[in-house]
Amino acid sequence: MLSKSDSLSAPAAPEKPKGNGSAAGWQSYVDLRLVALLGVLGVLAVVGAITKPDQFLDVDNVRLILVQSSAIGVVTIGMTLVIIGGGIDLSVGAIVALASVWATTQATQDYGLAGMLFCSVAVGVGCGLVNGVLIAFGNLVPFIATLAMLASARGFAEQMSDGGTQIVEVDAVLDLMAADSRILGIPPLVLIFLGVAALGWVVLNRTTFGRRTVAVGGNPEAARLAGIDIKRQRLLLYVVSGLCCGIAAFMLIALSGSGQNTNGNLYELDAIAAAIIGGTLLSGGRGTITGSVLGVLVFTTITNLFALNNVQSAVQDIAKGAIIVAAVLIQHQTSRKSSTQ
Amino acid sequence: MLFGAAGVSAAAFLTSCTSNDEGDDDGGSEQQQANVSEDKPGKPVTIGFAGPEADHGWLNAINDNARSRAEKYEDVTLDITEGSNDTATQIGQVDSLINKKVDVLVILPADGKAMTQAGLKAMQAGIPVVNLDRIFANPQAYRCWIGGDNYGMGLNAGRFIGEQLKGKENAKVVELAGLDNLELTQQRTKGFDDALKNYPNIEKVARQAAEFTVESGQRKMSDLLQAVPEFDAMWNHDDDQGVGVKRAIDQSGRDEFIMVGGAGSKAVMDSIKADDSVIKATVLYPPSMAASAIDLARALGQQKGVSGMAEFEIPASITLYSAVVSKDNIDQYLPTGFN
Repeated sequence: MLSKSDSLSAPAAPEKPKGNGSAAGWQSYVDLRLVALLGVLGVLAVVGAITKPDQFLDVDNVRLILVQSSAIGVVTIGMTLVIIGGGIDLSVGAIVALASVWATTQATQDYGLAGMLFCSVAVGVGCGLVNGVLIAFGNLVPFIATLAMLASARGFAEQMSDGGTQIVEVDAVLDLMAADSRILGIPPLVLIFLGVAALGWVVLNRTTFGRRTVAVGGNPEAARLAGIDIKRQRLLLYVVSGLCCGIAAFMLIALSGSGQNTNGNLYELDAIAAAIIGGTLLSGGRGTITGSVLGVLVFTTITNLFALNNVQSAVQDIAKGAIIVAAVLIQHQTSRKSSTQ
Repeated sequence: MLFGAAGVSAAAFLTSCTSNDEGDDDGGSEQQQANVSEDKPGKPVTIGFAGPEADHGWLNAINDNARSRAEKYEDVTLDITEGSNDTATQIGQVDSLINKKVDVLVILPADGKAMTQAGLKAMQAGIPVVNLDRIFANPQAYRCWIGGDNYGMGLNAGRFIGEQLKGKENAKVVELAGLDNLELTQQRTKGFDDALKNYPNIEKVARQAAEFTVESGQRKMSDLLQAVPEFDAMWNHDDDQGVGVKRAIDQSGRDEFIMVGGAGSKAVMDSIKADDSVIKATVLYPPSMAASAIDLARALGQQKGVSGMAEFEIPASITLYSAVVSKDNIDQYLPTGFN
């Protein structure tokens, strides 16, 4: 009931981003969402503390959850921006696979850490660029363009690796995620995730790029009339998503000590699910980075909780599905109430 | 001993057998030696091969084994289709091989049950089918089935671990399975559990399922290590995901347990040989079965039996043994490890 009155008092302006400071009602609505997500995390923590007190509340376990959230988290940041901008990127998992394979070929490994990182990021950006050009200038529907990229990037990865696992032999890369690799007690992967998330937040909330993204996603026609170069904006969004995939691929390489064409399997679904749970509207124009980060954490924590309690994967999948449905239903409900147009 | 001798001098046997000349061999027990397949070129055979997409190491090794075995024979032409995980596509590929009138078909279905009709169709068209590993739902759909033994894999993994932990009280064992929605995963787990029942001192304390990928292996193993602070042995179903499993173990800094792998990748075999990690053994699911399938297909095409057996015809089904590769016999198996 409370949220209803809140929503009614809010102006129907989905193109207004959070942090614009224009509508207090809208702002508090977003905060409510985030608070609710934090509440979910809290409930999960309580369940973990009751069922497996020794293992769940362990510092190592918190680190584990954060590490496991890192690569998919970075992908989700890029996905969130794309969705806010009115698009969708189904190719993220395949790009991660291709980048991780390309960066771990023997030829690339000869160039050491820097070469592998560069290769990984370059492949990600390259794929994103292709997506962006096809969508912005080839006028392909994002769903189709990125679906095509999904198929061909994974196929390319498979061909390049011959279906095999490419083991990393560069110590500098392996040392990034060795047993005792920590900076101020935090694993480097988690720091990268936090860095990308912070950058994503700044870009979305404090830059023209972010405002344009929200505008293009919320109402492309209005954005065009306001003088925003929609094509350029769309192109850049897919490049950003590709960049995130490249970074995530490198993180996975460091984490698993290898590159494989099966890397990033179903990341597109995990990233979309996490973004949606975090409050990003699938039709674009609305979403937050904080929400997406919390969405990722919720999923990882659930998986961790199930594993600690020795619950089998079929049950895990059922629960994951149920959570997505519940989140979308709530989103549907609230967005219908808040939008009167 | 007798079989070994027969195998070595198979060529000699054959010459004598095909000329219906018997009795003067020193292996005199073969009163009616079957007309067996041998290395010397015979009637030319075209073998059609349809398999799934080689998207991981083991399946890749399957294709390599089939190809290199076929190249070994001058009389064999291998018509190999582009692998596909889509049943409809694979049915189409088998159809086109039937239309090309290949002499024999070797089919490794993406999904055995779903591909049954394709096998039946080939058999009805008079093309003998060698069903490789993933079995058709209907025995009429194949002339010969050859494949691995998932239950036996679990059984042998369990036995090896059981023997290693003999005499240790309250021993704890952990299992990391592969894709849980596959029947083969369930069979492996059943075999493992059945073997462990013979060792009352052992309790399986946790089981999680990864997805045959390095990434999932690393993730699920990290979870398992966190869930079970101390255990004595673990079985990982699959060496492909094992790369990630080993990485997770290294990252945890733990080494209080022994680990047994599954399938037989080169990376794991190298670790067993080096003996510098928790990996002490792996249970085979040998990709060399594809090479054997080519042998069987060739024999079928030339209407011969297989050497080393008294039968006139090749058997209807051959289940391979999941040998345990440990430090004791690693040198023998090292060349068969796949990437």
